[in-house]
Amino acid sequence: MEPLIRIDRLTKLFGPIEAVRDVSFSVDRGEVVGLLGPNGAGKSTTLKLLAGYLAPTSGSASVCGHDVVASPLAARRSLGYLPEGAPLYDEMTPSGFLDFVARVRRLDGRARRDAVAAAARRLQLDGVLRQPIGTLSKGFRRRVGLAQAILLDPEVLVLDEPTDGLDPTQKHEVRALLREMAGRKAVIVSTHNLDEVEAVCTRAVVIAAGRVVADGAPAALATRSARHNVICIRVAREHAASAMDAIGTVPGLVAVDRPAATGDDTEIRVMAGGDADLRAPLHRALVDREVAVLEFWREPGRMEDVFRQLTRQVGEVV
Amino acid sequence: MRNLAVIARRELAAYFGAPLAYVFIVVFLAMSGALTFKVGYLLETGVAELGAFFRFHPWLYLFLMPAIGMRLWAEERKTGTLEFLMTLPVTPVETVIGKFLAAWIFAGVALVLTVPVWITVNWLGDPDNGVIVASYLASWLLAGGFLALSACASAMTGNQVIAFVVGATLCFLAMMSGVDIVRTAFEGWAPGWMIDTVVSLSALNNFETISQGVIDARTLVYFVSLIVLGLVANCAILEFRKP
Ligand SMILES: Nc1ncnc2c1ncn2[C@@H]1O[C@H](COP(=O)(O)OP(=O)(O)OP(=O)(O)O)[C@@H](O)[C@H]1O
Ligand SMILES: [Mg+2]
Repeated sequence: MEPLIRIDRLTKLFGPIEAVRDVSFSVDRGEVVGLLGPNGAGKSTTLKLLAGYLAPTSGSASVCGHDVVASPLAARRSLGYLPEGAPLYDEMTPSGFLDFVARVRRLDGRARRDAVAAAARRLQLDGVLRQPIGTLSKGFRRRVGLAQAILLDPEVLVLDEPTDGLDPTQKHEVRALLREMAGRKAVIVSTHNLDEVEAVCTRAVVIAAGRVVADGAPAALATRSARHNVICIRVAREHAASAMDAIGTVPGLVAVDRPAATGDDTEIRVMAGGDADLRAPLHRALVDREVAVLEFWREPGRMEDVFRQLTRQVGEVV
Repeated sequence: MRNLAVIARRELAAYFGAPLAYVFIVVFLAMSGALTFKVGYLLETGVAELGAFFRFHPWLYLFLMPAIGMRLWAEERKTGTLEFLMTLPVTPVETVIGKFLAAWIFAGVALVLTVPVWITVNWLGDPDNGVIVASYLASWLLAGGFLALSACASAMTGNQVIAFVVGATLCFLAMMSGVDIVRTAFEGWAPGWMIDTVVSLSALNNFETISQGVIDARTLVYFVSLIVLGLVANCAILEFRKP
């Protein structure tokens, strides 16, 4: 089956600037793809190409099987799009604005009123529906933009930094909204918030300098972290020596840091090779030597490290 | 077609939702009144007709129409809403015509507000109302032609001041191609048909033809062509200015 979003060797040059180079990926129904990358990586440009605002230099993109260049209207009908910065008509009220979008999207009478009311309720806009958009706070503007994008419950949602400027509660709400919609749609969100990717995205696509440098499940990407499979052990200071002895008896460790004392505690970090899970043998060895273990945990591997690693490499290549 | 109406409606609401609309209407009424009564001596001449009133419209429109048209695209480009608008499921043609119609209707509303002047001359004397109706039509058509040119200028840039200056220049060129200075410049070296063509392309001459009460097909075709040409160019500029 044709994926709902297909991006195929998309390239966009602005004069000498290569904003997007040979970007390919597709998104199926049920996926929420987080588009990551440093400032100027080409995230927004990719999304603008997908929404049909920019014309690609080469390559193609389609939404629900409709090519965005050859049949733009059909593609746009199935697409809810939040442009970067959520540009809105300042002189309109949210209610007038949503009504306008509903009309353009061919909703009539009762269906239109219901759709506007539902979207406004979903984004908690009820208190500001009659206030000119120009006088709204940044977070409310973003929410009006989001309401507009989800207004017709489109099959494909493309959101450029949807949670930028939202308060923690609203961020949580929007993430819940995305998760709730995820099952029925194909969603792309660009974001600088890596927690968000781990919280809502089923997949992360990292781009740097216009190219895709990684594409995979957030958890899988996190395992590329230098800290992946590091186990931290915290013991009382007087037990540090016997803890080190115990650790020495466990086979399969590739690195053991020197104990670091903090106050009355000592922290020891050890690293297992590959994906080997050495938690059980380590813990047993410590207990055998009667070391009082205060804390014991495995580092999950951090997206942030992976992100820096991936995007730095590209910087060096270019 | 349907989207066209939706776009035009939003755009009209935007006109009346901004102070510019009221400033424009006041300026238009005040200037056309002042020019008519002070410069045109409507009352002193004692002749019940509105020739003096309409005679100044081309000159007023020369800067008032670019003032109405300048925001149409430049504002959207500046605030970024153009991206939103152009990614809605509407064709650029619908958007271009919808925006133009809104501006043209707005100019029509301003024109309708001058009807009291018409009533006044009917009360003072016995004017040829047929000529006056034709003059209103001429004035509105001229406004449409100028607005189409101004919309083009607006589509070129994200700066409303530039849009205004370029728009006014385009309107000036369209208007002046038939006046005496231009005609003399062509006389003596250009063949007769060329002079005739240049003169027939003048918005001013065509305006005067209709406002004398002569509504002939040629002048109607002229104004309609001017508008269509402006709108086609508008679409082309939008497509070309796609980054
Ligand atoms: N209209 C344009 N003209 C010229 N260059 C452009 C244009 N739009 C974008 N660029 C360039 O393309 C590159 C990618 O920009 P883009 O906006 O896609 O980055 P981004 O990944 O969205 O960054 P951010 O995280 O800051 O939003 C940048 O180098 C930018 O300067
Ligand atoms: Mg961006």
